[in-house]
Amino acid sequence: MSEGTLYDAVWDEHTVTTLPTGQTQLFVGLHLIHEVTSPQAFGMLQERDIDVAYPELTHATVDHIVPTGDRSRPFGNDAAERMMEELEDNVREAGIEFDDPTTGDQGIVHVIGPEQGITTPGKTIVCGDSHTATHGAFGAVAFGIGTSQIRDVLATQCIAMEKQKVRRIEVEGELGPGVEAKDVILEIIRRLGTDGGVGYVYEYGGEAIENLGMEGRMSICNMSIEGGARAGYVNPDETTYEWLAETDAYADDPEKFERHKEYWESIKTDDDAEYDDVVTIDGSELEPVVTWGTTPGQGIGITDPIPDPEEMESGDADVARRAQDHMRVEPGETMAGYEIDVAFLGSCTNARLPDLRAAARVVEGREVADDVRAFVVPGSQRVKAAAEEEGLDQIFTEAGFDWRDAGCSMCLGMNDDQLEGDEACASSSNRNFIGRQGSKDGRTVLMNPRMVAAAAVTGEVTDVRDLKEVNLA
Amino acid sequence: MSDLADGPAETVEEVTGTGIPIRGNDIDTDQIIPARFMKVVTFDGLGEYAFFDQRFDDEDNEKDHPFNEDRYQSANVLVVNSNFGCGSSREHAPQALMRWGIDAIIGESFAEIFAGNCLALGIPTLTADHESINALQQWVDDHPDEDLHVDIVREVVEYDDTEMSANVDKAQHKALVEGVWDTTALMEANADATRDVAESLPYVESESLPRTETDD
Repeated sequence: MSEGTLYDAVWDEHTVTTLPTGQTQLFVGLHLIHEVTSPQAFGMLQERDIDVAYPELTHATVDHIVPTGDRSRPFGNDAAERMMEELEDNVREAGIEFDDPTTGDQGIVHVIGPEQGITTPGKTIVCGDSHTATHGAFGAVAFGIGTSQIRDVLATQCIAMEKQKVRRIEVEGELGPGVEAKDVILEIIRRLGTDGGVGYVYEYGGEAIENLGMEGRMSICNMSIEGGARAGYVNPDETTYEWLAETDAYADDPEKFERHKEYWESIKTDDDAEYDDVVTIDGSELEPVVTWGTTPGQGIGITDPIPDPEEMESGDADVARRAQDHMRVEPGETMAGYEIDVAFLGSCTNARLPDLRAAARVVEGREVADDVRAFVVPGSQRVKAAAEEEGLDQIFTEAGFDWRDAGCSMCLGMNDDQLEGDEACASSSNRNFIGRQGSKDGRTVLMNPRMVAAAAVTGEVTDVRDLKEVNLA
Repeated sequence: MSDLADGPAETVEEVTGTGIPIRGNDIDTDQIIPARFMKVVTFDGLGEYAFFDQRFDDEDNEKDHPFNEDRYQSANVLVVNSNFGCGSSREHAPQALMRWGIDAIIGESFAEIFAGNCLALGIPTLTADHESINALQQWVDDHPDEDLHVDIVREVVEYDDTEMSANVDKAQHKALVEGVWDTTALMEANADATRDVAESLPYVESESLPRTETDD
């Protein structure tokens, strides 16, 4: 087993006891909830007549079902309105802070935690959402849980789980122009497989990771689960501390910042830490990665040929054949030139300010291709406001993009933002599963935000590095 | 542990019944239950939406899928391949399978959150190698009316004259066999120790701690 890693330190700090099942009872420092996976958990508590034990350590937002267009109440969709009301009732009764859309702080749960400074190093963070690993970018140990575990956390502020192994993923070298954090994580999943991380927590490190800002680190940790790893993290450093110092939690309280920083420093991975596995990737070799199939592990460099199922092991080959049939692609071709109908710039993976800035630089002075629906869904109301402050909304709308309100939107098609029929979508989100974006015949191509912008203006999957006069700095 | 009696505390030592195969690796939770059916505030009625988009076309006509076949309608043991249940953390996925009638799942491997969600519902997730699973899927195909016996205690699956060894994760084994899978009750019993940990953490403010009985 690993020794001396951040994961080991945080695990020890939060261990309450060992349960009769052999699992560890682990204290949860921050519990995030949203409207889709929490109502049944509150229902279970009510059935047992149990109160929420630590309401101040739970924080709520609404993201999955919230409309990104007309948000007046009641919502146009009755089921969405009912879910919203249920959440409002639950948080009011329990005394849980709720960032609803009237606060200006609403957004995707994995965007708002970091921007408010409640996501901090060395914290255990859980949420009924598999992309909770996002918060690991700050050196938190963060993972998704099911609804019965949400009940556990509400009732006890703890979860029962077994300790996992730690795999260090070292990304060496510098990323080339036009290559982003998204490309790094898609490459990691491609190499290690969609189940390569089962039983592991991923520790991301190395020059390429250290050079990333917090948003890039979040994009990488966010998709840990797509590689099977329930949690992924980056050790905190000055980049982390600079972000935190400016958040609501610390901006006016330097004394608290210094006090907490002592703890943050204390839980970092030791120089002589031992891992269960180490994988090294040369970041300087990467190019923009796009998916050709229907799992996030089915990715290739934009200039690489789509792989041939005949050359794969039988299980992978079956999955690949079905995927290529669904996507209507052929082995040997590249994804460049694959026609798209929709461009979606959003999701907890890639809808933060730098993502929107980078995409806007590509879009500036260009127009969305004919017959392409393109829209931007900022990750939070704060991201939206900050982008508007810089005039990014103008750039997008002048090019023909729709500029929307914050939410999960077309990442999973639980609101009105959905693919129709067999539309193909260039998407900055995290999952290309069949049916994921709201239509069972829809086709999703995952890529980084600049690549989404390039696809939007050309109408096909395009190597952004080939576009003329684009600033990739 | 006062709540244990109210919770699902019975043991799950064995499951007996007929099988149903779902073939393919990387079957994600969006396939098991599409997100549009999750606009609900309870889990009731999710069973009819299990694998919905694989089972029905745009006009709601049935497509070829084991969950549609008459011969499998009373099946309660699902046999799957690798990385089953990957993707979203939605407990709606095992809830939909359970409400359709599934009591146990045997596969090559499972996504972690999915397996944890199954355990919370008392659904064992047993694993075996690729060849064993293929053989079992074929047998179930050929014998849809014959029972197989899933023995969680001995970690074997018995069918025909075959005794197939299958792995049950250690914590899952203990939880199901000893009936200690109501984790809420187990952990509630340690409220004082929980509070001690909370107090020891530098980031937990004292006003965030629950009131003790003496405060009341």
